[in-house]
Amino acid sequence: MTVQHVCHLMAEAAPILEARGVVKRFGPLLANDVDHFAVHAGEVVALLGENGAGKSTLCKILYGYYRPDAGEIRVSGRPASISSPHDARRYGIGMVFQNFSLIPALSVWENVALFLDDTPWAISPASMRRRMRPLADRLRLEADLNLPVGRLAVGDQQKVEILKQLLAGARVLIFDEPTKVLAPQEAEGLFLSLADLSDEGYGLVYITHKLREVAACADRVVVMRQGRIVGSASAREASEAELLGMMFGEQPAREPAAAPAVTPGQTILALEGVATSSGNGAVSLRDLTLGLRSGEILGVAGVSGNGQRELADLVLGLARPTRGVKTLWGEDASRWTAARVRARGVASIPDDPSALALVPSLTARENLGLGDARRYRKGLSLDWPRLTADMAKSAERLRLPPIRYETRVFALSGGNQQRLALTRELAHDPKLIVALYPSRGLDARSTDALRALFLAARAAGAGLMLFSEELDELISLSDRIIVLREGRVAGEFSPASFALDTIGACMVGTADAA
Amino acid sequence: MPREAALARFGPAASAARRALIVAVAASAIFALLLLIDGKDPVRAYRDTIVYVFANAYGFSELFVRMSPLLLTSVAVALPSRLGLINVGGEGQLYMGGLFATAGALGFAHWPALALIPLMTALGFLGGALWALLPGLLRAAKLVNETISTLLLNYIAPLIVSYVIFGPWRSSESASYPESPAFAAGARLPTLGSTRVHLGLVYGLVCLCIYGFAIGRTRWGLEMRAIGGNAEASLRLGVPVSAYIIGSMAVAGGVAGLAGMAEASAIQGRLVAQLSPGYGFMGFLVAWLAGGSAVGILTMAALFAVLSSVGDVLQITQGVPFSVINLLMAAILFIVLGERGAGGRR
Repeated sequence: MTVQHVCHLMAEAAPILEARGVVKRFGPLLANDVDHFAVHAGEVVALLGENGAGKSTLCKILYGYYRPDAGEIRVSGRPASISSPHDARRYGIGMVFQNFSLIPALSVWENVALFLDDTPWAISPASMRRRMRPLADRLRLEADLNLPVGRLAVGDQQKVEILKQLLAGARVLIFDEPTKVLAPQEAEGLFLSLADLSDEGYGLVYITHKLREVAACADRVVVMRQGRIVGSASAREASEAELLGMMFGEQPAREPAAAPAVTPGQTILALEGVATSSGNGAVSLRDLTLGLRSGEILGVAGVSGNGQRELADLVLGLARPTRGVKTLWGEDASRWTAARVRARGVASIPDDPSALALVPSLTARENLGLGDARRYRKGLSLDWPRLTADMAKSAERLRLPPIRYETRVFALSGGNQQRLALTRELAHDPKLIVALYPSRGLDARSTDALRALFLAARAAGAGLMLFSEELDELISLSDRIIVLREGRVAGEFSPASFALDTIGACMVGTADAA
Repeated sequence: MPREAALARFGPAASAARRALIVAVAASAIFALLLLIDGKDPVRAYRDTIVYVFANAYGFSELFVRMSPLLLTSVAVALPSRLGLINVGGEGQLYMGGLFATAGALGFAHWPALALIPLMTALGFLGGALWALLPGLLRAAKLVNETISTLLLNYIAPLIVSYVIFGPWRSSESASYPESPAFAAGARLPTLGSTRVHLGLVYGLVCLCIYGFAIGRTRWGLEMRAIGGNAEASLRLGVPVSAYIIGSMAVAGGVAGLAGMAEASAIQGRLVAQLSPGYGFMGFLVAWLAGGSAVGILTMAALFAVLSSVGDVLQITQGVPFSVINLLMAAILFIVLGERGAGGRR
């Protein structure tokens, strides 16, 4: 055996791409703590997990978008120093994002030429196209390479993305939820391409939260939860239940509804056959019917991007139904403005207060006055002393530290911004609370305090709509859970049927519970 | 802690003062350089300037004449800027104000001043308001960016004025020079003594005070600042964002329209094609340099009044074209932008 031979064999044995002990923190949040993740040549690895499980973060580390706080990345067994996507490409690592990085007005070959490092200063279109043709054929890209990319179907655009990466020398390709933008037939085509590529010895990583796709295209599945890899299995052998268990955790659910159950009272909110028109790229609600009574917590589960924000906006009066009726306290509220909805005692707790609920350039006090400018009207201005007294009381009731009224909001920490928004929203005993992912970004203690608060509001007769991705949280708080999928209610669960696996299955669409 | 409190309290004013000083010094230096290049004597030029502008009652009074429209056009820029809107249409709004006021002056020439001046004031406001309402509506409907539409409307308004003074409203007195008939005495804004300082200065100061008070001390000001700071959150908190966009643009245009009314009524005494030497654009610079603060606007408007007087003086004494002043103003904008950029990094 020659030395070259040995080297070749060793390279064969070593994974084509490997992450060891990779840790990444964003502030207090541990985004990734991955002991070992590897892709071998000729293998399709599905990276499965809920939103926020850390899949994308891991892949962005591999592609050089983020630098890990600790850990090592190896390419074909050798340590690689990757500090930018450009470095990653030199190591043969490519990534296909959900949003393509293509210039619609340029032709297919121009887009590819733009991406390649070795494009000469004087480009010969004919030789460029000659170079691309064989690969294009193998990817079943039948479109004319002279056509502007903007005129291709989305599936073909994706093929152009793949073509780009392969011509640039990628040996490993990472796909970030590639079927999200594809029609079902196009997805089938993608799976065929993936199979071909793995046969040719490329290593492929496939980020997804859809179980069906795992079985359709992957050889091996790696499951992530809360930034860690919690399991790995052969994609053909793993059962759905097994994978769901890994995705959502198998710890026993907390006791449902810790506080004494309250008998639900009058109907606060009712949606009947409601539909919304989607803006650009947004999910639209379709034929949605639901009701919420006072003294009730309605949990809304679902993989994010399935209409949660649209539903919350609809309830809050920020979007109007194109079909169907929304009633609040028995009145037709379909055309109420956001101000009118708020004035009737609806509070909104958004997931990103500094973007959606606060004005960073104003002081804390001014922000507290904003949502209720009419309530505190006094002459041309506001009754600041009365407002301050009320807010101090509210903060005290929420057991929050005293507010620093004169501080501008951009100078507050994320947690304090969240607290400020809570103080304002809960100051006047709201009768309906719409909370989107309220525990995102809160530490465990604040989360517990918030839960206690929700239960107290329920006991006082308020109705709550609680949007969350954490099934645990929903199960422990809700009196009823609905699952949103693609803008519809895909399932409804009562406490008797609360179970992680059935709700989880409904979220990812393997089973419909009617 | 007391130092911090003092900084917080006087910081904005101090920084405005510092900026004004930098502008004045840098402008003088650049202008001296321009004069040298042109073969003029900068020392003599500055001496002339001081003599004619400051050591002379008439020259000094002219500063207030120039300040009046500047105060109004800069408020017209500052108000929408609090909502994050960029109104560069002060010039066009000024012309439309002049046009509408002229309609009142010519149509009700026999009215007494006590009735006619308020009517012309209202019409001047209306003209400018309508001219800015259109961009406001287009912006609120998310159709056209207000910067583009106000800028383009600047080209149209003077053409409409030209049309009426060449056509339907052309004066019969002078066949060679296109202008409207002279306003009746009752249509002329009162002036102070023998100077050209007119009631428009009061309009300007009142508008500036209302602006400062409204932004800082009222519910509406709070909501407008909220929109400028985070329009998305404001919308979610039930602030009627579209109504504020439309309303603030219309009011701003109306304020600029008052400047046009005052120029036509007090300075020209008729509608002319050259109603403004660019007060609308200068107002944009003033508001920008002042960072939207009322005190800053007052200081910067005074400074720009001096600069434009200097231009006039030098045109007469040194034969330097007035457009040199435009060069100077552009240079000032550069300096301030640079100084702000450096301040941001520190």
